[in-house]
Amino acid sequence: MELRGYRLPMASSLLVWFALWEVIGRLELVSLIPPFTEVLRAFAEVVPTEDFVEAATITLQAFLIGMALSFAVGIGLGIAMGRNRAIGSLMGMWVNIFESSPLTAVVPALMALLGFGLPTMIVTVFVFSVWVIALDTQVGVERVNPSLIEMGRSFGASRRVLFTRIVLLAALPELLAGIRLGLIRGMKGVVIGQLLIAVVGVGYLFELYSRNFLMPEFWALLIVLFTFAFLASEAVAYFERKVSFYASSR
Amino acid sequence: MTNRTSPTSEPTVPGGVRNPGDPAVRVVDLAKVFAGGVRALDGVTFDIPRGELTSIIGPSGCGKTTTLKIIAGLLDATSGQVEINGTPVTRPGPDRAFVFQDFALMPWATVLRNAAFGLELRGVPRKEREATAREYVAKVGLSRFEDAYPHQLSGGMRQRVGLARALAVDAEILLMDEPFASVDEQIRRKFQEDLLRLLSEEDKTVIFVTHSIEEAVYVSDQIVIMTRGPSQVSKVVRPGVDHSGGSGHIRRSPAYLDWVERIWAELQGYLET
Ligand SMILES: Nc1ncnc2c1ncn2[C@@H]1O[C@H](COP(=O)(O)OP(=O)(O)OP(=O)(O)O)[C@@H](O)[C@H]1O
Ligand SMILES: [Mg+2]
Repeated sequence: MELRGYRLPMASSLLVWFALWEVIGRLELVSLIPPFTEVLRAFAEVVPTEDFVEAATITLQAFLIGMALSFAVGIGLGIAMGRNRAIGSLMGMWVNIFESSPLTAVVPALMALLGFGLPTMIVTVFVFSVWVIALDTQVGVERVNPSLIEMGRSFGASRRVLFTRIVLLAALPELLAGIRLGLIRGMKGVVIGQLLIAVVGVGYLFELYSRNFLMPEFWALLIVLFTFAFLASEAVAYFERKVSFYASSR
Repeated sequence: MTNRTSPTSEPTVPGGVRNPGDPAVRVVDLAKVFAGGVRALDGVTFDIPRGELTSIIGPSGCGKTTTLKIIAGLLDATSGQVEINGTPVTRPGPDRAFVFQDFALMPWATVLRNAAFGLELRGVPRKEREATAREYVAKVGLSRFEDAYPHQLSGGMRQRVGLARALAVDAEILLMDEPFASVDEQIRRKFQEDLLRLLSEEDKTVIFVTHSIEEAVYVSDQIVIMTRGPSQVSKVVRPGVDHSGGSGHIRRSPAYLDWVERIWAELQGYLET
């Protein structure tokens, strides 16, 4: 945002929105929207509570374990699909179907299978995020300039060395895009999973707040989640920008 | 030669003593049929004399790149073979280095690391390979750009990095696939001069694919003219242009112009079909 030629930091445009929110809240037009200061008060109140810390811990735990699995399987699968035509055509169709299907529908089945605890949440994060990571990795690996590979071979690189020093690095832009999208999907997965389970983590808190009509608390929790999602994806985007010059030189 | 004794060069010659009169490379009855039935080469035979620059010229699609890649060991021949110092080629080896038409530089690595990458892949320790790479980066005139990245360089400068990388591994044979094709004409001429100067210092056997008859006549000791459909060698000529008189002088000399015309006439017959 610019004001009379001065570049203002992004936070300043947020301030405008928060002010607007405050006004609407104070007008008491919609009971769903409390004043922003109320939300801040709830935020300060809720965050230190044991309930919140517990919910945050279990959510983060499910998210991190699920994402770790997704990275390992998604990147591995993507590489296999990109390097091996047979695997690519064998798996490609399924990965595409899962990538674009409304996976929320499988969460109840997972609950029936794995119960109402951590395993269900982990698997939910996994099935939400793994496909896009696999697909983007595949695209990255397939787009590696063939003459870079020939260059490596001409200097006697083994398959493993070719892979670690050339293919993986050359595929980095797509790989990072996949990781960023995967993180966002995984975040959706963990929240949706918990909402459906409704007895654990932030899902439980959302349920609790909305049932008791604690709107400031509800919004405070949403802000925590938004901020976390935003920071995580911005962190990856930062690395993506660092490698964006790749595209111009291939 | 700077470091002939380094472990990366080939110290022994299988199959006996290397006779200076023997060709460095023999291409014997080479044929290549690609999957899908494209006959790219059909009985190609020629010798590459040691320490000379041989150009391969011919119409587009006649199999120049295919020939070069088979010599490099990057592609397998369908039949026939390539011998290097009497030994059949089965894979890439430290006796050959390739310069790519599209440079094949790693966008994530600096000029210095790119130039040192051949040595890196051959397991040369960092200090040593960077020292060698630095030397060749200087020789191709890019000292100021050691820490630049490829996307910050012009096409001509990128190809100099590719050349430095190939020279740094100190291979006996340099394979160049249209190295100057994506460089504009003024820089191209400068490049040809630089190449000749570098080669006079380095004692290499060079195989140089080009589309330009003028370039071939200007830089080559020997020119292999290839034809299309089926792809064979139509003629091998040795223009032997005298380089003592300077570039402008050579390009106006009757001998040079005469060779350009003769090769043009040779190729024209095939271009019309
Ligand atoms: N991997 C491949 N699969 C199938 N056909 C191929 C392959 N590579 C090359 N060819 C074909 O083989 C023939 C020779 O190709 P090559 O690239 O060697 O020609 P070239 O002389 O280098 O051409 P140019 O001057 O355009 O570079 C062409 O008809 C080409 O289409
Ligand atoms: Mg070619």
